[in-house]
Amino acid sequence: MNVGTPGTRMADYLRDHHDKVIGRWTELVVAGVRGRVTAEEVRRELGDLFSLIVRVLSGADDHAAGELRAALDELSRSRARDGFTPSETALGVFSLKEAVYELVADATDLVPEFLAFSRLVDDLGLRTFEAYSAAREQIIADQSTSMLELSTPVVRLWDGIIAVPLVGTLDSARTQLVMEKLLDTLVATGAEHAVIDITGVPTVDTEVAQHLLKTVSAARLLGAECTICGIRPQVAQTIVSLGIEFGDIATKATLADALALALKHAGLKVVPALWTRCPS
Amino acid sequence: MDELPIRSGDDVVRVRQQVRTTAAENGLSLVDQTKLVTAASELARNTLVHGGGGTALVEVVKSPSGRTGVKLRFTDEGPGIADIGLALTDGWSSGTGLGLGLSGSRRLVDEFELSSEPGAGTSVVVVKWSR
Amino acid sequence: MDQVPILKIGQTLFVSIQIDLQDDSVIRLQEDLADELTRTGARGVIIDITGVEIVDSFIGRMLSTIGSISRLFDAETVIVGMRPAVAITLTELGLSLRGVRTALNAEKGLEILNGKSSRDG
Repeated sequence: MNVGTPGTRMADYLRDHHDKVIGRWTELVVAGVRGRVTAEEVRRELGDLFSLIVRVLSGADDHAAGELRAALDELSRSRARDGFTPSETALGVFSLKEAVYELVADATDLVPEFLAFSRLVDDLGLRTFEAYSAAREQIIADQSTSMLELSTPVVRLWDGIIAVPLVGTLDSARTQLVMEKLLDTLVATGAEHAVIDITGVPTVDTEVAQHLLKTVSAARLLGAECTICGIRPQVAQTIVSLGIEFGDIATKATLADALALALKHAGLKVVPALWTRCPS
Repeated sequence: MDELPIRSGDDVVRVRQQVRTTAAENGLSLVDQTKLVTAASELARNTLVHGGGGTALVEVVKSPSGRTGVKLRFTDEGPGIADIGLALTDGWSSGTGLGLGLSGSRRLVDEFELSSEPGAGTSVVVVKWSR
Repeated sequence: MDQVPILKIGQTLFVSIQIDLQDDSVIRLQEDLADELTRTGARGVIIDITGVEIVDSFIGRMLSTIGSISRLFDAETVIVGMRPAVAITLTELGLSLRGVRTALNAEKGLEILNGKSSRDG
């Protein structure tokens, strides 16, 4: 008679009562599912999980633990997609303990086995919670990246003149993105003038000024000259009171002024189209 | 984990190439790769020129939250740095140009740890994480 | 040690750095350029770094030094083709490469040297 470890004894017991356990477990989970998943679907999912749990308990192979983790993560994801709260998913896993307890309640020699088994099931339930959490974190991170991308356009104002309208706070992450987009656009268009419009930047303190200076420095290394514009009156006062110096970087109040300056540097002139005034 | 000797100018080039390869293989963006390799170049050169030679360790690491990163460790048995605070100031030079390299490299990486004692060599550990 | 070739076309010296340069080669390039400037009396130097993936403080200083040396010989230096990733890194390092002009490519670099650049307005 193979005495075995608590795990293997429980594994044998579960195998022997396979149908009963899965049947009861399915019943309990279906009650909590409230029709969002069919009973057959639930039974199939739980059957797969059950086999993996038994394999892990029997300690027979090394891959079982990894496969069980993967299966739980997938269950967590699919439940989340179907609108289940993480608690509902976890409770579904925990109900396996109830299903098994009902069967072993009278078999007192299996108490140590049941305790170890119970702990295992607790871990599994918690794991579904963590998987849910991690998935949410990823969604938030992806959305942040999208928002950052969307709010950093680089537009072509004229041949050789591009504009970077900045909206929102200019922190180091944003500055990195602005620099990359600006420089890539300079290379792609061959532009030699860039206008950085900070009308949409709420506050300009020494840190923001540093970021702007860095951006201009980087553009200069690619042979482009920058003009900063969109300095609102309050911002101007803050800049002066903080003692921020823009050195030899041209600054203008409006985008129009900056465009005019860039055109002048580019040797271009805007003149009225006289000939359209001539009557035909 | 790769261990590379730093005994010559060619070794510095080899360190750059190894760091570049490892960074690219582990999901660092182009700009981040460039920053890390540039920092590695500075630190490897310091190891060679001021440390009298040493080693570079290139390792792939994982953060608790699951992000991948590249960790570099530069060690030498040289004279050591007497005043670390001073050495990390921009533009400081020990006479032979230790200046911008050390403080500059710090700005290029996410984590920076310098330990040095006069007569006991120097060790610099830096980490750059993928985003 | 690799020796980087220096071409002379008209009044301009052209240098194209294609590979990962070792420190000795960098010093050698600096010396060779100083020699060529004296020898040829060239009025301009264009250093094309399109192929350069890493510019650290050593190479950065070399570029600035070349700019200063050229000026002593009444010549102007233009660095062309810097990669965006390199420019961002240099800015973070705190190297602004004062003393040298920069342009996107050799053609624009020549325009600067010949005084025809739109940047000089």
